Amino acid sequence: MTQLLVGTKKGLFVLEGEAGGPFAVTSRAFAGEPVEFATQDERSGRTFACVTSAFYGPKIFYTDDLAAEWQQATGVELPEDAEKPLERLWTIVPAEDDDHLYAGGAPGVLFESHDGGATWELNRAFWEQPTRPEWSPGAGGMCMHSIATWPGDPSRVALAISAVGVWLTDDGGKTWRHGNKGMYPRYMPEEAREETITLCVHNMHRAPKQPERLFMQFHGGVYRSDDAGESWTSIADGLPSDFGFPMVMDPDDPDSAYVIPLVADMDRTTPEGRVRVYETRDAGATWIERGDGLPSNDAYLTILRQAFCREGSGPDMGLYFGATSGDVFGSGDAGKSWFTAATNLPPVHSVRAA
Amino acid sequence: MPVVRLRAPLSELAGGKRELELDGSTVGEVLQALEREHPDVKGWILDERGSIREHINVFVNKENGQEDTAVAEHDRLHVIPAISGG
Repeated sequence: MTQLLVGTKKGLFVLEGEAGGPFAVTSRAFAGEPVEFATQDERSGRTFACVTSAFYGPKIFYTDDLAAEWQQATGVELPEDAEKPLERLWTIVPAEDDDHLYAGGAPGVLFESHDGGATWELNRAFWEQPTRPEWSPGAGGMCMHSIATWPGDPSRVALAISAVGVWLTDDGGKTWRHGNKGMYPRYMPEEAREETITLCVHNMHRAPKQPERLFMQFHGGVYRSDDAGESWTSIADGLPSDFGFPMVMDPDDPDSAYVIPLVADMDRTTPEGRVRVYETRDAGATWIERGDGLPSNDAYLTILRQAFCREGSGPDMGLYFGATSGDVFGSGDAGKSWFTAATNLPPVHSVRAA
Repeated sequence: MPVVRLRAPLSELAGGKRELELDGSTVGEVLQALEREHPDVKGWILDERGSIREHINVFVNKENGQEDTAVAEHDRLHVIPAISGG
């Protein structure tokens, strides 16, 4: 049985089912409210939801039992002298040390919890970056969406922000530096591409078994880093488009990555009306089209950056993604074949296996 | 004292109360008094800077108020989500 946490524009939906067949909605929380992201910390079993009410602002809620009440986490706020309030929360990631979690949000902010997610505090070193006044948001806000920890080493973390590039720390978040070499922002004037920090990363993941390797979906580009995020090499050749949002890896295979290409930034839909996932097993040298069971005619879907996830690893790895159309698709064989898990949900913001 | 009227989910955060008498001479002061009396409300009406959230309206009787709008003893403050969304 697979359990999916599906964050949507109108609440959190919990889906349950077996790979190959339709999933059932077993519960719903935060009805009517945008749930940007939901995930479960497998260490504690605690489930988190990032809820951004249009009226009451962004909050983190948590529960240890999906059938029970949710609690509001505290401390998720900016300093009183901030120019604007906290806008949105985009991701929650367990850190490498016990009870430690990270949360990323807009405007380009990192929060940390050291008590399993009940209370949070702003990472001041990142908040006080001297270049912050020069930072620019992407269309979805200045979102910190990707937090890549280093297995076994709590001191090393990579962050990615749209549109402020990659940031690296080697001291547990006390100091931060850029990791931007090699990215090619063609949305910037040619003269500015070399020096700019307006780098619109859409998603970034680290290979757990080879942690110096990361993969990135960029705003027009797909990249790989083999030096822990210091520099990046294009691996977009062979894809129908280098634009897209989410990315997934097989944790057993450092050479693996999955992307879901969209036409381009001016047309953020699946190319030619066909929904296709692309898989590499050679670190981006070649890409394999995966679409058996996915819509192939007149299907112009948009899949957002947090709406693609995996469950397990290897040949039986589950893959699940949701679209703003309200459809959720799944695979129980690492992408070789696909099935429709759910339809007619509200626009899907995020999908994670619990 | 001025009276603050709340709707769900704010009333649930204020211990189930839909009307509360709270001290203060401005909208901001009254809402801060609400946060002190019911800490679960903190961050829901006023953001971390003490500003009324963009899509929340606070009426003083029948007029839309701001943080510095004066409030008299018998005024009624209505906290209502804006007509917005999608």
